[in-house]
Formats: sequence, C-alpha cells, structure tokens
Amino acid sequence: MELKDLYRDVILDHNRKPRNFGRLDPADATADGHNPLCGDRLTLSLRLSGDTITDIRFEGKGCAISTASASLMTEAVKGRDRRTVNELFSQVHALLTQPDAVAPASLGKLAALSGVREFPTRVKCASLCWHTLNAALDHGGTISTEGGNESSAEAAR
Amino acid sequence: MSATPLRAPAGAVYDVERVRRDFPILARTVHGKPLTYLDSAASAQCPLAVIRAVDDYETHTHANVHRGVHALSQEATAAFEGARERVRRFINARSTREIIFTRGTTESINLVAQAYGRERLGPGDEILISALEHHANIVPWQMVRDATGCSLVVAPIDRSGELIMQEFHRLLTPRTRIVAVAHVSNALGSILPVAQIVAAAHARRVPVLIDGAQAVPHTHVDVQALGADFYAFSGHKLYGPTGIGVLYGREELLAAMPPWQGGGDMILNVTFERTTYNELPYKFEAGTPNIAGAVGLGAAIDYVESLGIDAIAAHEHGLLEAATAALCAIPGLTLIGTAQHKAAVISFVMQGIHPHDLGTVLDAEGVAVRTGHHCAQPVMDFFNIPATARASFACYNTLAEVQQLAAALRRAQEVFG
Repeated sequence: MELKDLYRDVILDHNRKPRNFGRLDPADATADGHNPLCGDRLTLSLRLSGDTITDIRFEGKGCAISTASASLMTEAVKGRDRRTVNELFSQVHALLTQPDAVAPASLGKLAALSGVREFPTRVKCASLCWHTLNAALDHGGTISTEGGNESSAEAAR
Repeated sequence: MSATPLRAPAGAVYDVERVRRDFPILARTVHGKPLTYLDSAASAQCPLAVIRAVDDYETHTHANVHRGVHALSQEATAAFEGARERVRRFINARSTREIIFTRGTTESINLVAQAYGRERLGPGDEILISALEHHANIVPWQMVRDATGCSLVVAPIDRSGELIMQEFHRLLTPRTRIVAVAHVSNALGSILPVAQIVAAAHARRVPVLIDGAQAVPHTHVDVQALGADFYAFSGHKLYGPTGIGVLYGREELLAAMPPWQGGGDMILNVTFERTTYNELPYKFEAGTPNIAGAVGLGAAIDYVESLGIDAIAAHEHGLLEAATAALCAIPGLTLIGTAQHKAAVISFVMQGIHPHDLGTVLDAEGVAVRTGHHCAQPVMDFFNIPATARASFACYNTLAEVQQLAAALRRAQEVFG
C-alpha cells in the first residue's frame, strides 16, 4: 500500500485546482451527491443537447479523492453522449473495484484513479461523482453512498 | 518533551510500558509500521485480563443463566451476577436492582426513551438535551417526540465547545420533563458540568439521564454523589468487550417503568391471558443476555481499578496537554473544541486537507485516528465543518505516540503541500 499510488500528481493537482468548479445557471439537469460517512457533498449542473453533455460544472466540499475525481470526470464527459458516459463509468468502476483491471487508453487522465482500489474505504469517494452524474442524467435529485431514505448509489449500479 | 513518567496521586510511578504489555494488540504492526492506536474514544483495546476472562468463561462455564439447576448454569449465573455486583460497586449504585445490562450506551438510552419518555411525555412537554450530544442521545428522543408530540429542546454551546449554562438554565422550564446530556462530549472532549446540571434539574423535579460513554474510562463516577437518575455507558470504551453496556437507573424510577422488550427472563409467570413481569433488574433484560460480555466487563473494571482511574486520568491529561502543544505548533491546524475542562480527546482540522485524506495518510503511518462526524453531525454543523480528525488517548498511550501523531500530520502536509 503506497500513498503515492493513491495521491498521484494528477489527483493532487485536480484537488488543488479543481476544473469546471461552480454552478451552471440555468442548467438542464442537476443532482446532489452525498457521502454521509465523510460528509462529502457535491452538486452537478449540466447543459445538454439531446443526450450529449455540452457543459458541466461541479461544486461542493469533499476529500482530495472525491474532488479530483469530480474534476477529472467533468473534463472527461464534456461533449460526450449518454452511451459514451455509461461506457466511461463502467471502465472507471472496473478500475476502482477490480484487482487487476487495466485502464484502457480511452480513459485518459481518469486512469490516475487506479490507485484508489488499494484503499477500499476510499472507493466511494471516487465513485460519488459518477453516481451523481447518473442521477442527473436519469432524474435529478439526491443520491447517497449509504442508501437509507436517499436512493442508494451502489444499489443504482 | 519531558521523558519523566507521570506520577499518580498516590505517588506511585505510572509505568506506561508495563501497562502496554497488558494489551497484546499493541504489539502488532499496521502497513509495516508499529501501531499507534489513538482511537480509544471509538473503542478501547482489551487487556489480556479481559480476553482471558471471556475465554475462561467460554471454555469452562458457558451455559444459560437463571435457568436450570445444573452446575454450569449455576456457575454462569454466578459469573453474570458477579459482574453486575462489580458494576454496582464501580459506580456506587445502591443496589444491583439498579444495574441493567444492555448492548451498550445506545440501547441504554433507547430503553429510557421508550420505557420512561414515551410512557410519560405528551404535547406541551419538553425533553432538554445539549448541542454536544452524540446521535445516540438525539435520535431516541426524536423518536419519542414524533410518537408523543412533545418537543425536543437543545441547549446551545459556545465556540470553545462548552455548554452555555446560562442558556441551559433558561431552557430548563416548567415544561421540561427530562434532561439528557453527555458527561463528556465524544466529538470534542468537553466535560460537561453534570453536577450543576443535575442540581438545576432536580430543583425543578426533573430527572436527568447522563450519557457516560466517554466519561467512565477517564473519571471516577459515583452515581449517588452525582445524583444521576439514569447513567448509561458501554463496556468497549472501558477496555471491555463490545456488545455489553449498562443502564443505571434509580430504583424508584425503574420500578415505575413498564418493560420495553418482552420475552424470556423478564417474566415471573406467563399465560395466554396475562403475564407477571419479573422484578428489577430482570424486568428490563428480555432474552438471554451477553453473559460473556458481562464477565469481560467485570474483568475490565477490575483492570481499570488495578491501575487506578485517577492515575489513568492523570496520565491521559499529560498526553492531552502534550498533544495540544504539539498540534498547535503545526501551521494550518485548528483545534475544534477548546473547552477549559476536557477529557482525553483532541479534535482538529487542517487547512487544505480534508479529514478523510488525513485519516488515510495517518493510517499509512500506522497511526489510527477517527475521521468523520463522530456521530455528532449537529456539532460539525455548529462549527461549519463536514468532519474532523480526532485523536483520543487511553491508559496505554505514550508521549512518543503523541510525537508520532505530530510527525504523521506534518507528513500529510508534505503530501498535500
């Protein structure tokens, strides 16, 4: 278990200087994500053309992993349609959870998240933004990593 | 940092290295580093004496209690009731009828909320708690509020994390039916002036429940001197096993309360028409209890008293002072909770580093701290932070470990610098 695998330079950079930070107003879709275990909260706002994300912003407070993951995600999904976003999410999810998943070239900078799987307690930090994006594209509202009265992010997968 | 061992009031040297040898888990490593366990406020480690007592019970004595005339059942009953008497002496209750075994502090509070609160409260009545409470002393009362239509009133704290007594007195009104407060805040370490709280409440004939989960490992508790009507605590924060806890209740209050769970052990006679409930304390102990847990808790109390609770408290106070000094010297670190009287808890945030990231970096260094909201989200909201990192100290921690913590925090700053 190497800290440097988790906190890679790309992650630290996106944590320090999150890209696409803020809120789109008006927005075509929004959703809130919440990880009650660590108090992370983020809000996504999107502009859409058909099912293609033309613009996306995120705001909120979270740990380095959740902030960097959200920042990287916004860069990766801008200009992508729903099908491509789903594929990216599947690849990120595999990278975060499967012991020997290799990042395909299509993941680009998102491959920096591969160190997270060595830290099981942090996987939810990295996946929160993706579940929130799914919620925004599906129906909006609030998702939580821990289920309960808010719809469960893991159950939604 | 002085290497002089802290001295117990009796003049005996507190030999922390000897104490550490009583805790086998402290010899292990985490991620290749020696374990620095600074999360005893979440759960304290068990000394060998507790592990052996539980093992010995399961190896030689295990049976059900209060049933059967066979030898094992009688021995198990004697061990279980012996533990109850041990708890009674530990907190100086009048009678073992006032000592109810539960799963822990949470269940103890729920018992009072359901069997006392829900029975007696209604619209217009008020439950008074403090803004420092653990969720275990908030949610059960919200459930009573929602079931009965009474109100939940919260006495505020100040920026140092101290209960504002003036506000507490103002909120204690003729409508107040019960006061429920922590003895020591789990998130911040603040020690609440419980004697004052009890005196003020009793002046209005209002009973007081004290959540003592964070207090019993660090301070001598005498429920009679304190005048507490209910006092709740857990075994596992007192170096005992998980899944065992205690509710102390004044006998006259307990006697007037209906049972809250039905089943075996809590009855004298059952027909399909009616049931006669058992006497105290069994009325509140439906089903087979955690016998091994109670035996372990008894052994934990023996262990704590063999070290001396005052000696432990003095040792921990030295650690708290050293940690406060060491952490305040780290730029960008802010202590959350600076009450004048604190138990062995130090909660903090670091500029630019989320507590969750701090927890991971510290863990990689072998340093176990709690990060998160500490089951006290209203306290986090008050300070407008999502979470803190919390180091907590116990009888086995050392000044070297305080330095380990400080070094690991500086390492975190390097990573995120």
